[in-house]
Amino acid sequence: MREISASQITDVVARLCVEANCHLPRDMKACIECSHDAEPWAPAREILERITENYRIADERCQPICQDTGVACVFLEIGQEVHVNGSIEDAVNEGVRRGYTEGYLRKSVVRDPLDRVNTGDNTPAMLYYDLVPGDALKITVAPKGFGSENMSQLKMLKPSDGLQGVKDFVLKVVEDAGPNPCPPIVVGVGVGGTFDKAAYLAKKALMRPVDQRSAEPFYADLEQELLEKINALGIGPQGFGGKTTALAVNIEHYPTHIAGLPVAVNINCHVTRHKTEVL
Amino acid sequence: MAIRVTSPLTREEARKLHSGDSCLISGVIYTARDAAHKRLCELAAQGKELPLDVKDAIIYYVGPTPAREGQAIGSAGPTTSYRMDAYSPTLIALGETGMIGKGKRGPEVIAAMKEHGAVYFGAIGGCGALLSKCVKKAEVIAYEDLGAEAIRRLEVEDFPVVVIIDSEGNNLYETGRKTYLENFT
Ligand code: SF4
Repeated sequence: MREISASQITDVVARLCVEANCHLPRDMKACIECSHDAEPWAPAREILERITENYRIADERCQPICQDTGVACVFLEIGQEVHVNGSIEDAVNEGVRRGYTEGYLRKSVVRDPLDRVNTGDNTPAMLYYDLVPGDALKITVAPKGFGSENMSQLKMLKPSDGLQGVKDFVLKVVEDAGPNPCPPIVVGVGVGGTFDKAAYLAKKALMRPVDQRSAEPFYADLEQELLEKINALGIGPQGFGGKTTALAVNIEHYPTHIAGLPVAVNINCHVTRHKTEVL
Repeated sequence: MAIRVTSPLTREEARKLHSGDSCLISGVIYTARDAAHKRLCELAAQGKELPLDVKDAIIYYVGPTPAREGQAIGSAGPTTSYRMDAYSPTLIALGETGMIGKGKRGPEVIAAMKEHGAVYFGAIGGCGALLSKCVKKAEVIAYEDLGAEAIRRLEVEDFPVVVIIDSEGNNLYETGRKTYLENFT
């Protein structure tokens, strides 16, 4: 057993909250710049230039890229040979509290969805645990903005809807979202599993770099096809028209029941942020 | 060429702006999101005085991040506007002439804009660091308990926006996409 202290987790989470919010991942930057060069519509190019200017300012000043510094989604891959001394959940929440307070990030969490009183420190985090072989602890912090989260949808398709049904649904979700989720967007798709598993897979898909296609050729091709179809819709950056509606489509899949075909589409914006550290 | 807009904005000036116009706003604007809009409309329903003068006001849908020392405001880009749709017609009727946000608006808001003469501006969503540079002064004037959602009085200089929907109901989300598709497909 390898011992990891709760305070180590807190320190890492606090730092990752700030870094993820102020520095856009390199793959996102490269993808935005590439899209700019491939964008034929001048007003759209201009918006992509402002977006580039914005993340550069954020980098320089260590200031949040976006004012919606999100709810903190924290993915933990815990090696089976790791023993954490103390409560993991408390350690993560303490990290979020510290990161969001000391890092001048916005507190956007309410304690109850109906009474809507702000918790004041952006806790609790949304925690996702995975048990894996080994003695490492991998922590990913992904602040998730709700402009795009609100545009996400899930549907329990019939097996007979098949591949075409999946494609149609993904395109429908993007069309419904239109200008609302701050396009250009990143589209996370979860196919299979159960109702909740599909949603989890869609969120997890958003953690994959935008320049990395699915390891399976069938899904890699589907990602590419959907990206092209989405970018033929003409919504464009901010919805003012243009080619660059989406930067990437990432799909994760899982076995499912003979009677079902769950599909979840988790929309993310051009501020798709996450930062990982391995302890 | 961007059009210079001063705030407060009269109805007459608001009616001169057209969908697709790039504008630079200077002057005083107010911030409010869902929670503040709800309170404002409750006060209005009771016939009570509002904590800000909505007549000729431009309201910016934003909940900024906290300011560091030496900054007027933290990152401050727009939030999605449709969440304010339930409240905007009331404020427009009371004299609000401009709204700054991002994303679609409902038919009831557009109807109120046409009736009274108001415009809906879009600021670039996700560009909060960039936009914060145009805010010279920020002061909480109401609902401090709402934190990021409190109402702030902002002094802005050359704050960049585009007219998405004008007072005649023309909508850039429809025309921009259409023009692009006609030209490039
Ligand atoms: S959708 Fe993304 S870019 Fe837009 S306001 Fe929310 S977090 Fe920021």
